[in-house]
Amino acid sequence: MNFLGTIKGKHMTTNSFTGAEMVVKALAAMKIKYIFGYPGGTVLDIYDAIFQQSEFEHILVRHEQAATHMADGYSRATGEVGVVLATSGPGATNCITGIATAYMDSIPMVVLSGQVPTNLIGDDAFQETDIVGCSRPVVKHSFNCRSVEDIPNTISKAFYIAKSGRPGPVVVELPKDILMPHNKGEFHIETDVQLRSYNPTEKGHPKQIRKAVKAISSAKKLVVYSGGGIVLADAAELLTELVETLNAPCTNTLMGLGGLSGTHKNFIGMLGMHGSVEANKAMANADVILALGARFDDRVTNNVKKFCPNATIIHVDIDPTSISKTINAHIPVVGLIDIVLQQLLDELIETDYQIDQKANDSWWQQINQWRAVNSVGYTQGEGKIKPQRVIEAMYKITNGEAYVCSDVGQHQMFAAQYYPFAKPRQWINSGGLGTMGFGLPAAMGVKLAFPDSHVICITGDGSIQMNIQELSTCSQYNLPVVIISLNNRSLGMVRQWQDMIYGGRHASSYMESLPDFVKLAESYGHVGMQINHLEELDDKLTEAFNIKNRLVFVDVLVDELEHVYPMQIRLGAIDDMWVRKGEKA
Amino acid sequence: MRRILAILLENEPGSLSRIVGLFSQRAFNIESLTVAPTEDASLSRITIATSGDDRVLEQIVKQVNKLIDVIKITDLTERSHIERELLLIKVLAMNEKSRTEVKRITDIFRGSIVDIGKQIYTVQLTGNAEKLNAFIETMGNETEIIESVRSGCVGIARGEKALRV
Repeated sequence: MNFLGTIKGKHMTTNSFTGAEMVVKALAAMKIKYIFGYPGGTVLDIYDAIFQQSEFEHILVRHEQAATHMADGYSRATGEVGVVLATSGPGATNCITGIATAYMDSIPMVVLSGQVPTNLIGDDAFQETDIVGCSRPVVKHSFNCRSVEDIPNTISKAFYIAKSGRPGPVVVELPKDILMPHNKGEFHIETDVQLRSYNPTEKGHPKQIRKAVKAISSAKKLVVYSGGGIVLADAAELLTELVETLNAPCTNTLMGLGGLSGTHKNFIGMLGMHGSVEANKAMANADVILALGARFDDRVTNNVKKFCPNATIIHVDIDPTSISKTINAHIPVVGLIDIVLQQLLDELIETDYQIDQKANDSWWQQINQWRAVNSVGYTQGEGKIKPQRVIEAMYKITNGEAYVCSDVGQHQMFAAQYYPFAKPRQWINSGGLGTMGFGLPAAMGVKLAFPDSHVICITGDGSIQMNIQELSTCSQYNLPVVIISLNNRSLGMVRQWQDMIYGGRHASSYMESLPDFVKLAESYGHVGMQINHLEELDDKLTEAFNIKNRLVFVDVLVDELEHVYPMQIRLGAIDDMWVRKGEKA
Repeated sequence: MRRILAILLENEPGSLSRIVGLFSQRAFNIESLTVAPTEDASLSRITIATSGDDRVLEQIVKQVNKLIDVIKITDLTERSHIERELLLIKVLAMNEKSRTEVKRITDIFRGSIVDIGKQIYTVQLTGNAEKLNAFIETMGNETEIIESVRSGCVGIARGEKALRV
C-alpha cells in the first residue's frame, strides 16, 4: 500500500494532514522520482513522512552542496525539476553554491529548506539562518511558507516557476511548527498554476520574426551561434533543421554543446575563450549573427568594444534581460526557442527562401581556410600522457555516447574540445558559475536517471577533492559512474594563467600531499586504477568501462605542463587568439 | 539621466527586499524609494528615482520586470507625469525676525507650518525635488535647520494613462 493510500485511509474522516505529510503528498503530485537531501532537526517530520511512503526515493548525500549538484545533474540529463531537501541553518547554507550553479545555467530546481519554528524566527535560534535572504541573489524566486494550508500550492507554484520561462532554482522555506503533527490542515493542490505577475512570453513577435528572416535572407556571411537555451528547450532537432536549411556554419557555446551534433558538417566548434579559431573568426567576420538561446557572456565575447563590429545581430532568448545586456541586439526576439525556431522555419518557407549559393560557397571556403589551422589540436609525443589524448580515448571507447559530467578547470575545456557531443543533455557542466566539485555529484544524478548508460565524471586532482565524500553515497546507492581524473598534481587552469599572465609564479596552484586516489576509492568499496604510461591508456580505460556494476576511479597521471589552446588574448577581439604557445591566429 | 520608475507588485513578504537586492546586486543606483500598499491591499506600489544611461535603464526595467512578484513597471519620465515629494523640516525660530522670515519663506513656497515649539517651527512642503531643494537652501540661508526628512518622490502619469492590473 502506498503512502497516499495509507494517509488517505488513516485520515479519511477528518481529511486533514500534517504539514510534513502535505509536503510529501505535494511532491508526489509533482510526480518526482527522487529527492536529494540530508536530515536535521527542523525537517525530521518531513523525513518521517518520506520514510512512510513509496512514491519517490530519498537519496542521502554526505554534504548538502552535493545534493543540489545531484539534483542539478539529474535535471540537466532528464529535463525534469531537480528536488533538494535540507535542514535549516548550515544545511540550507551548504546548498547556496549548488543553487547559484543552477541559477547561472538556468536549471529547474526546487530546494525545500527547513526553518526554525515561526515563534523563534529572528531570535538567532539554534540552526537559524534567513535562507530566503541568503539565497535571494541566486534564485529565480523563493517562498516563506507560513501556514499548513499554504504548503501544497506553494510547492506547486515553486515547480511551475522553476520549470517555466527561463528555468531556475526556487527555494521554499518551511518552519518546523507547520510541519509538526499537532498542526493539521486540509490538503488542496492546484497543479495548473496561474500567476498574475508572471506570464512568460511563448511566441516570438511576428514582426520581429519577419525582420529576422529578412536579415537572414540577405546575409552573405551568416553564423548561427547557439547556446544552452537550445538544450534546455529540447530544440536540437529544430536547430539542426534550420542550420541545414540555411547551410549556415553553426557554433555552440560551452553550454550549448550537443545542440548541433559535434560531428555535423556545419558545426564549426565551440566559440569563446577556448573555442576554435574557425568559430571565433566566423563570428568576427560575419555580417549576420543569429544568436539562439545564448547570452553573449564575457567568456564568449572577449572585449565587448571590439565585438563583431560588422554584424547585424539577431538575438532570440526567452529572457528579455539577456538581450542587449552586454551586446546590443539589432533584432531582438523574445520567446521560447523551440517555438521561435519553428516560426523562423515557417517564415523561411513562406518567403520562399533560397540559399545565395555563390555567397554561401565563398563563406564556407573562407571558413575551411580557418579550419585548416587545426586550432584544436595537440601533439602527443613519446613522453607523458597528454590530457587531450585521454579525452579522445574516452570518446572512442564510449562510442561518443556517454554522458560526460565535468568539473571545472582544464579537463573541462579539454572535454568540451575533444569529445564531440552528438546529442543535447550529454554534456553536463557548470558553465556559468564554474563550480569545482560539481562533476561527481552531477554524474551521480545522471546515473540515477540513466543506469544503463555510460556516465563519466571527468575531473582533476583539484576538483574531485571538493566533493569527494560523495564516493560514500555512490557505495550506498550503487552508482557505478566512471571517474576519470586528469591528475596533473596542480590546479591546471590556475597554473596556466600564472604561466601566461603572472610570470610563471605558481602561487598556491600546486597540490601538495595528494591522497593515493586508488586506495581512497578502494576504501569506499570502489575500484581504483592508476594510469601512468601512454601504452596502457587505451587498455586500462577500456577495462574501466567494462566494469559495469562498480564505480571505477581512474587516476590518470597527465602532463602537468600542458595548456589549453587555443585561447583568446585578454582584452582583444573575439578572434584575437593564441593558437599555440607564442603563435597567434 | 534621472528617471522615475513606478512599479506595481504583489504585496507579499520579501517583495521589497527583492527590489532593493536587485538594485544593489547589479550596481544600479537608487536616489529614492517609496513603497506603500495600494487601494487593493494585495498590491504594493513602489516609486524609485534612479539614474543611468539608456542601456542601464533598459536593464533596470527588464530586470525588475523579471522578478516574479512584479506585475508592471513603467518609466514615468518617458512621458508627461506628475512628481511629488513631501518634506518635513524643523527650523530654528528663536526671535520675531526669524519667525517672520520662516513664515514668509514658507508662504512663498506654499508650504505650511504644522507644528510650533518654543524655539522651533516645523514646516511641511510638497513639490518636486527641485522645489524642495530650493526651499531647503533658502531656509538654510535665513535660519538654522535642525532636522529634515523627505519622503522620496512619488509619481503618476498625466492624462488617461494608468498603471493598474
